[in-house]
Amino acid sequence: MPITTVDVLTCLRKMADVIHENKEYLTDLDSAIGDADHGINMDRGFQAILKKLPSVEDKDAGTILKTSGMALVSSVGGAAGPLYGTAFMQAGMAIAGKYELEAEDLLAILDAALKGVVMRGRANLNDKTMVDAITPAVNAMREGLGNGAGTVEALEQAAAAAEKGMQDTIPMLAKKGRASYLGERSIGHQDPGATSSYLLINTMAEVARANE
Amino acid sequence: MKKLINKPEDVVTEELEGLALAYPDIVKVHFEPDFIYRADAPVKGKVALISGGGSGHEPMHGGLVGVGMLHAACPGQVFTSPTPDQMLEAAKMVNSGAGVLYIVKNYTGDVMNFEMAADMARSEGIRVLNILIDDDAAVKDSLYTAGRRGVGTTVLAEKIVGAASEKGYDLKRMADLCRKVNINGRSMGMALTSCTVPAAGKPTFDLPEDEMEIGIGIHGEPGRERMKVKTADEITEMLALAIIEDPTYSRTIRELDEEKGEWVDVALEDPPFKAGDQVLAFVNGMGGTPAIELAIIYRKLHEICEKKGLKIVRNLVGSYITSLEMQGCSITLLKMDDEMIKLWDAPVKTIGMRWGM
Repeated sequence: MPITTVDVLTCLRKMADVIHENKEYLTDLDSAIGDADHGINMDRGFQAILKKLPSVEDKDAGTILKTSGMALVSSVGGAAGPLYGTAFMQAGMAIAGKYELEAEDLLAILDAALKGVVMRGRANLNDKTMVDAITPAVNAMREGLGNGAGTVEALEQAAAAAEKGMQDTIPMLAKKGRASYLGERSIGHQDPGATSSYLLINTMAEVARANE
Repeated sequence: MKKLINKPEDVVTEELEGLALAYPDIVKVHFEPDFIYRADAPVKGKVALISGGGSGHEPMHGGLVGVGMLHAACPGQVFTSPTPDQMLEAAKMVNSGAGVLYIVKNYTGDVMNFEMAADMARSEGIRVLNILIDDDAAVKDSLYTAGRRGVGTTVLAEKIVGAASEKGYDLKRMADLCRKVNINGRSMGMALTSCTVPAAGKPTFDLPEDEMEIGIGIHGEPGRERMKVKTADEITEMLALAIIEDPTYSRTIRELDEEKGEWVDVALEDPPFKAGDQVLAFVNGMGGTPAIELAIIYRKLHEICEKKGLKIVRNLVGSYITSLEMQGCSITLLKMDDEMIKLWDAPVKTIGMRWGM
């Protein structure tokens, strides 16, 4: 059963809820190794997405994601704004014109999002960033689909891989972003960007599962 | 934490409204997207100098908009980079046709937002160059970090390059000057207390009563080292020597290659200070430190510079690049040549800095 634009809108709304619920948690993570605003910024960004959704409800999924990306760029600020904004915009371009998404399209979304983040922020694996959550997710999804998993299962495998990637950031030494100024003091803390990435990918899996 | 604010989410907006009302002869404010710009912009024939960053560092940058300094400043939420649409609209407002120079502090967020803004402005036919300020000696290298942060030298660059605009420098010459200021400036800061972001409602980090944080940035993020509080003289010595004894600093940053129309890696090298250098000595308060203490810091800095053979030819003492109510200070030393001294002395009329007019 394909994912429709209605599901995409539902997913974005659920993402906004999840980010809102985790606003303080993300901000606390960002207090330890950042400047204490990741949750606040992401919440503002997703509220901005919610405001834009009514104007693109009848559009294709690509337009919905691109519009969401632009809303993030102009409302989040910091590093998360350009990174997530580019991620959503690139994801939107990967599925431009589509009203129904199959499994390969969801993989294309995640893959394009990751490529966008790496292009914009130039982080590598193990720099202790969102890339450390999204990369395993993309790999897991690709592998899952390759092994014959269904859409929902593959997404859940992606979410599980993102969760592990997020936890794996804990012992990492930060080499990018504000956390990198702390040097060794960044070790022992979970990266906020990897955490929000996991939350978003997990929401995709949950919405897909609920939709089955 | 007690603050003189209304609702946390309205802090930046209300601040901008207050400034516009208080200084209508110096600045105007544009909302949605937010930016503050010279009341007399666009200034015919002059390159427009624009900067921006998170709010919470006042007077930088909004308080440094005016004749002889910034043409526009883009304020983000507190400690959060502004967004590209702000920098784009500001560029459109103050560009007189001679192009725009963005001064960008080297923070991951600022760099990306200003890069996106430059791309957007260029696609609308506006000539733009971005120059980074990365002067924070507290960050040792850039191989394993996001690079040195842009701190005190930013204020000095805005003054010197702003004066250059007034003098009629073209865009490329202004960019070269800004790059020169950046590679000749080094800073180091410390904090006695944390600060509280209005939206968060609690201090960004916990600093025990008897401890201080050395090598802080300007966003309330923890620094490199924490230790017991020392005397003002001891602190000044730590900061000043870290700057003066910092070896050659090499790194690669990204700048826009106008001809190629793409972002390219540029290798930069900061020479170390040496005896005989003429310097501008900048003692900066982090917002919560009283002037009486900054003067004590300057006293010791003067002595250290003399001992090390650095000739202080100009200085700046006050709270210019702050972190809300943080108690602490930063020191910046900028090696000056005749061109920079002349530009520093040129008249300026902004909310936070004013002389010669």
